[in-house]
Amino acid sequence: MIHKAIIAGFGGQGILMMGVTLANAAMREDKQVTYLPTYGAEVRGGTANCTVSVGDEEIASPIASNPDYLVVMNAPSLHKFQSILRKGGHCLVNTSLVHEKSIRQDVKVYEIAASEMAEELGDLRAANMIVLGSFLKISSMVKPETVLEIVDETFRRKSPEVMERNKEALWAGYRFFE
Amino acid sequence: MKKNEKVLLRGSEAIGEAALRAGCRCYFGYPITPQNELPEYMARRMAELPGTVFLQSESELAGINMVYGASATGTRVMTSSSSPGVSLMQEGISYLAACEFPSVIVNIVRGGPGLGNIAPAQSDYFQATRGGGHGDYRCIVLAPAYLQEAVDLTYRAFDLADEYRIPVILIGDGMMGQMMEPVVLPEFRKDLPAKEWAITGAGKGPSRFVRSLLLDVHVEEAHNWKLYRKYQRIERREPQSESYATEDADMVVVAYGTAARIAKGAVRRLRDKGMKVGLFRPITLWPFPSKAVARLAESVGKFLVFEMSMGQMVEDVKLALNGKAEVELYGRPGGVVVTPVELSRILSRRYNAMQHEA
Repeated sequence: MIHKAIIAGFGGQGILMMGVTLANAAMREDKQVTYLPTYGAEVRGGTANCTVSVGDEEIASPIASNPDYLVVMNAPSLHKFQSILRKGGHCLVNTSLVHEKSIRQDVKVYEIAASEMAEELGDLRAANMIVLGSFLKISSMVKPETVLEIVDETFRRKSPEVMERNKEALWAGYRFFE
Repeated sequence: MKKNEKVLLRGSEAIGEAALRAGCRCYFGYPITPQNELPEYMARRMAELPGTVFLQSESELAGINMVYGASATGTRVMTSSSSPGVSLMQEGISYLAACEFPSVIVNIVRGGPGLGNIAPAQSDYFQATRGGGHGDYRCIVLAPAYLQEAVDLTYRAFDLADEYRIPVILIGDGMMGQMMEPVVLPEFRKDLPAKEWAITGAGKGPSRFVRSLLLDVHVEEAHNWKLYRKYQRIERREPQSESYATEDADMVVVAYGTAARIAKGAVRRLRDKGMKVGLFRPITLWPFPSKAVARLAESVGKFLVFEMSMGQMVEDVKLALNGKAEVELYGRPGGVVVTPVELSRILSRRYNAMQHEA
């Protein structure tokens, strides 16, 4: 079984960081994994998205024709990707920046005001970690403990404070859908 | 990094690290998108590795001639570029081939012709497999589809280059350069054998000559025959390919690199629907795995070549099959990357048409 997720938003929202963290966690759990970022003349403030595929068999194509999961961090991403989400798929929406509803009636939508939650936690930049936490709860693609390990390794060298804040954000997003 | 430990690497990093572990001591190149992450990685890593040289040349022309110089001394050397940059290097590659200087050239192909764009494409197939520069020569051309394969083939490229004294081209695209997959890296090569032909300035023993100017036609002819025999040897020994779900297939898709991964996804979808479709993936583009594809034609009546260019590899498939089976082309040029679902629709239409005719 292979599951594919597209994560999309603004450049600078930490979209690719979410994808790489997820991919690293999947590798740590000995799963098959591919990570594919968009490739273009990308700039800060432009659109950014990546596709992460995780499974227990060889992943032929790193491209998702009909992803099982869609994570949208801003409105243009919803417009761009909602039509390709597979029937019965899962759509996780950051309602802080997306004020409209998905036109799809045949998918399950999860809403979280991640930017507001991040501000309450004291760091707007942690919104991506909140959403990643929620994604882990919804998808069961990898264990949250594994992602915490990766976050630990990624941020420890940078600053223990940033690491703790990211972990806190991850759990907050995870618990939101409990 | 522990031994045999999996690491998640970007394609460009995987190629760079594998090259260094293969004993690459010099890198020369000029920036161009979509391969800049590779020289960036080499610049960073080579600063940590004693006895290595990283140099950003002033042009592609300078870069390839620096490769020529380093190779002449017997040093393992590489350069990388993308389509328009590799075009600029063709004169130098011809000289490398003439002098039989081992070298590794990475081409992260982009949409063309001309400046084109920076999206994934496969339109440099002819340039890579037909020599590319002037004169009667070939380069070994390796086309990985998976990052582990990119690591293994990069590592092998340096051995092939030395063994046959030939330029080896590793061909990929922006998708492969940017994507990440877990890979296991090989050990650092140590104690590479000395090259008895290399020009080291030792000042001892008889003089060594390496040159490409051979004014005497008989000397030039003899040299061409020598190269030709070498190319024949490579054609006998080195073709590599992967066959997937071809055992009972009625139709086989032929694709390499990124296109092959998309095709594999499409083939899986068709298999789930009960269609007998398989995939043949050349790993070496030159030497082309002609015998392996011809063998498939004993049981397969139709081959569909899917390439991200408008009919280049299809010529090699036709030459290999020599009329034994029907060959059709589905090309997507210009840097467009189709999804497996889109391709599966095309394939199923052609499959159904074939069944209908039968």
